[in-house]
Amino acid sequence: MKNIFFFIRRYFGFLSFLLLQIAAIILLSNASKTHEAFFSAALNEATGDLNHRYSNLHSYFSLKETNRQLAEENARLRNMLAANFQAPDSSRKAVTDTTLRDTLGHYRKYTYLPARVIGNTVTLQTNFITLERGTLQGVKKGMAVIGPEGIVGVVVEASNNISRVMSLLHRNSKVSAMLKKDNYAGSIEWDGVNPYYLQLKNVSKSAKVNKGDTVLTSNYSANFPSHLMIGTVAAISADPSSNFYLIKVKTATNFFNLQYVNVIANARYAEQTALENTPSKNP
Amino acid sequence: MSSLVRNIIRYVLFILLQVFILNEVPPLHQFIVPYIYFLFIIWLPFNINRLFLMVLAFVFGLTLDAFTGTPGLHAAPCVLIAFIRPVLLGLLIPQETTEQSYAEPSVKSMGLAPYSLYVVILTFVHHFYLVLIEWLQFGNFIYFLGKVAGTTAVSLLLIALAEMLFPRKRRYKTNAA
Repeated sequence: MKNIFFFIRRYFGFLSFLLLQIAAIILLSNASKTHEAFFSAALNEATGDLNHRYSNLHSYFSLKETNRQLAEENARLRNMLAANFQAPDSSRKAVTDTTLRDTLGHYRKYTYLPARVIGNTVTLQTNFITLERGTLQGVKKGMAVIGPEGIVGVVVEASNNISRVMSLLHRNSKVSAMLKKDNYAGSIEWDGVNPYYLQLKNVSKSAKVNKGDTVLTSNYSANFPSHLMIGTVAAISADPSSNFYLIKVKTATNFFNLQYVNVIANARYAEQTALENTPSKNP
Repeated sequence: MSSLVRNIIRYVLFILLQVFILNEVPPLHQFIVPYIYFLFIIWLPFNINRLFLMVLAFVFGLTLDAFTGTPGLHAAPCVLIAFIRPVLLGLLIPQETTEQSYAEPSVKSMGLAPYSLYVVILTFVHHFYLVLIEWLQFGNFIYFLGKVAGTTAVSLLLIALAEMLFPRKRRYKTNAA
């Protein structure tokens, strides 16, 4: 017994070093296992407050670019207005606003919630974006996030007023995508090399891909609506060891000057994921 | 200004500098990430308790992690260099004279060559361990080697700049002071 105490006393520095190292590694492994920003909600609110102050200052420098993006988005949406499509005069339009169910029997599936970006990194291997909108304002874990030019990421953690988004520029990020031309699906990942380019994997070699083709979100994703812009094909290489292409995609979103984004709430997200995660009962 | 107040101000400034300026710099290359926050640990006073030094380094690393969303990633290398620091200082300086006459490691207190060696070794160990942890999660060996070399070079450059911009002219401690 005496020897044990002697040993502990002698190597006290080294033992406390080991203890702290183990604590750090446990924190790290827990966080990357669940793909989550691990920190508690209280800490999130604290760093969020600081981020908010900084972003207030920072946003002045990119007002011009933000304006341009919003104006472009407005123009694109205006072009999609029903009023632009001339139909013969026999048609009648019933306009009901903000109901869950319209007169044709369609249910609203996606709701867009605007949010302000108050924190963003692009230089790390695991990049997160912080939004000033939390559970009290309707943001939940797993919701998709899009910017004015293209998709941005997925919400991984939400506290009362702040939420944290796993950016597309995260080594664990994975989004289902497809080629606009022939609807071949694949998945969008990031290899950590360049924040302007993503990787489109698992696209079959029978797809006809050309440089400059558009890549959109696919129909298979639970959180992203289909046909949202992701980027354009920048380089194509055939993986000799498999049946798939490896495609380099230039991101549509510029991650360097994100100011405002939309969080997309899918009304059937819980239902879909619950069903998909239940193991099949049939043998 | 007392040593305690000075170090508290440094703590805050280094975190703010790393989070809001250096992490916002557009990346030139995958391997080049400017890190300077750990200079806080390098500059801590000589006479700090060894255990307290490690706990302080752990908390300091976690503070940065709170902003980057990677718990433990920066805390682990910080604790490692805090553990190595007293050993390295013991090897590099004549204990009795320097520790009594100066407050903290600097070019003036240790001499140019020992101080440079001290900074280079701690910077290299920090980045080696940091990138090693990152590499174990994802990435390949070339990534590991390139990033250790790249980040170390950039950090040393930044530290050299910091030393030139802020020459810490601590007066020689005398009994009268």
